[in-house]
Amino acid sequence: MSQAEAGAGSGAGAMARAVPAATARRTPSPLWALSLFRSEVATVFRRWRTFALLGVLAAVPVLVGVAVKMETQDGGAAGHGGGGPAFISQVTNNGLFLVFTSLAATLPFFLPMAIGVIAGDSVAGEASSGTLRYLLVAPAGRTRLLLAKFAATLTFCCAATLTVAALALAVGAVLFPLGDVTLISGVTVSFGEGLLRALAVAGAVALSLVGIAALGLFVSTLTGSGIAAMATTVGLLITAQILDQFPQLHAIQPYLFPHYWLSFADLLRAPVYWDQVLDNLGLQALYAAVFGSAAWARFTTKDITA
Amino acid sequence: MEELSAAGEPAIATHALTKRYRGGQLAVDRLDLVVPRGSVFGFLGPNGSGKTTTIRMLMGLIEPTSGTARVLGEEMPRAGRRVLPRVGALIEGPALYGFLTGRDNLVRFDAADPTADPRTRKARVDAALDRVGLVAAAGKKARAYSLGMKQRLGLAAALLQPRELLVLDEPTNGLDPQGMREIRTLVRGLASEGTTVFLSSHLLDEIEQVCTHVAVMAQGRLLTQGTVAELASSARGRLAVTTPDTAEAVRVLKEHGVNDLTVDDDRVTGELPVVARELADLNAALVRAGVRVRSFGTERASLEDAFVALTGEGFDVAG
Ligand SMILES: Nc1ncnc2c1ncn2[C@@H]1O[C@H](COP(=O)(O)OP(=O)(O)OP(=O)(O)O)[C@@H](O)[C@H]1O
Ligand SMILES: [Mg+2]
Repeated sequence: MSQAEAGAGSGAGAMARAVPAATARRTPSPLWALSLFRSEVATVFRRWRTFALLGVLAAVPVLVGVAVKMETQDGGAAGHGGGGPAFISQVTNNGLFLVFTSLAATLPFFLPMAIGVIAGDSVAGEASSGTLRYLLVAPAGRTRLLLAKFAATLTFCCAATLTVAALALAVGAVLFPLGDVTLISGVTVSFGEGLLRALAVAGAVALSLVGIAALGLFVSTLTGSGIAAMATTVGLLITAQILDQFPQLHAIQPYLFPHYWLSFADLLRAPVYWDQVLDNLGLQALYAAVFGSAAWARFTTKDITA
Repeated sequence: MEELSAAGEPAIATHALTKRYRGGQLAVDRLDLVVPRGSVFGFLGPNGSGKTTTIRMLMGLIEPTSGTARVLGEEMPRAGRRVLPRVGALIEGPALYGFLTGRDNLVRFDAADPTADPRTRKARVDAALDRVGLVAAAGKKARAYSLGMKQRLGLAAALLQPRELLVLDEPTNGLDPQGMREIRTLVRGLASEGTTVFLSSHLLDEIEQVCTHVAVMAQGRLLTQGTVAELASSARGRLAVTTPDTAEAVRVLKEHGVNDLTVDDDRVTGELPVVARELADLNAALVRAGVRVRSFGTERASLEDAFVALTGEGFDVAG
């Protein structure tokens, strides 16, 4: 085959010679396509803005931990009767609970807002800076680029959740005692199992963010302005959170992406209550499918003029 | 075999290519463009004449409203995955990640090409930087680049691989005279290696200096295409006489049927008579009338003359 081609090539004379040899003989490996995903992740994590977002998230466990410590030093247990984030009253007994408290405190707003910024900016930001056209003529391929952007956003979801959880664990370990964990249902488990459950909770929280990541990606394909896409995504988050508060709207609430977010607490029961946890995962998968397809349909047919 | 037949086709061939933007603007109107392989093709036109729109369609960034575009023998935008790795492009100026260094910008664009070997990435990036003279500034953040440096980096991105076709939309925009000359040298060098270069420009003398072929657009329509020599010869040259007796010279030349006479200091120029034999008679007539002729000759028509003749006054933007 290659010999036949070489023979035919020399027969074609000047035209064949005019083609630079290296371009005609490139045989790409499928693995090279992964470069784009790596490059996406690297690009997200080399922005000052990404670290600002992670910094805000990292501040939450530190502030909560220090506040609880100061309050309990004045005497009396924290959070009793005063409400506050879930599990806060347990933190003084066991630093591990700072992980649950911090995730419960950041999940309603800070975490999804950070995802909304990254997802909203992912396509629209490149469109407004003009780099999108150069990625497309590289050629990144529209479907592949969209997949790489979604995957990079999900990577950021994990990184953001882990930042909160890891910092909470570290602060909890420094400021409070660690030990056996008393679950919500009253059963006490070893610290090792507690840690495993914390990991599961972090996983559930990260997966809770898939819906807004897909939504943000879709919004991002609609506009040529990164700022507009970020603002719209965060606006949708706030709207969904508000709608989720009205009892009159109970008919649509099961379809709002934040509706089952706090179900992660059910992982801290023995036995675990799976119903809402699974409802949450199903809803996030539904959002990923619907808005992922919508983003794909929009992006693959869009005129890129910026 | 498929590859072979493709190699015989023009680098770019469009047929009745039309683009109407969503606002209703007809930007490109039934364009039939043929860019031969191995040519350096100048794409000329006033602002808003549809050059960038054409290039966007060729690169698959926008969908044509109707008509077809074939690039390197395959239909765009459908065959973009196969065609675009063999094409380097600079479209409407450079666009860079300001928070990345010049080098990392190139690494990013190279990573977007699934046919680019990661093992040779560093070497290719360095070679591209070297080619556009940016090695010393490669470690600087791109937001700190000057316009000319950005333009060079954009060019470097187009040169990350050996290409069969380079599409350059106003490549010398923002460059200093030295940079412009370097780009011209670069384009000539690439062309001599067999790369077809398709470049749009507003600088007519630049097109005249580097291009073998040229096409002229106005208001979305193709006015003409052909070799530079053909186009320039289509515009007639002018007669130029230098003399201190300009008034007398104008009278004599007018008598002998020379039109469109203009006087500029001691120079009288006019439209060349159609028959060349009359030239010697004209000179003799001037001398007989006592006009002291310092120099007498014809000026070759420039591409600019041809361009102005084609587009009217040329560079006015049409609604
Ligand atoms: N995104 C767009 N939406 C609507 N109309 C557009 C768009 N881009 C360009 N146009 C219109 O299409 C026409 C052709 O524009 P184009 O950018 O192709 O011109 P050009 O020849 O590249 O001009 P220049 O020399 O200024 O770069 C213009 O009338 C312009 O107003
Ligand atoms: Mg243009």
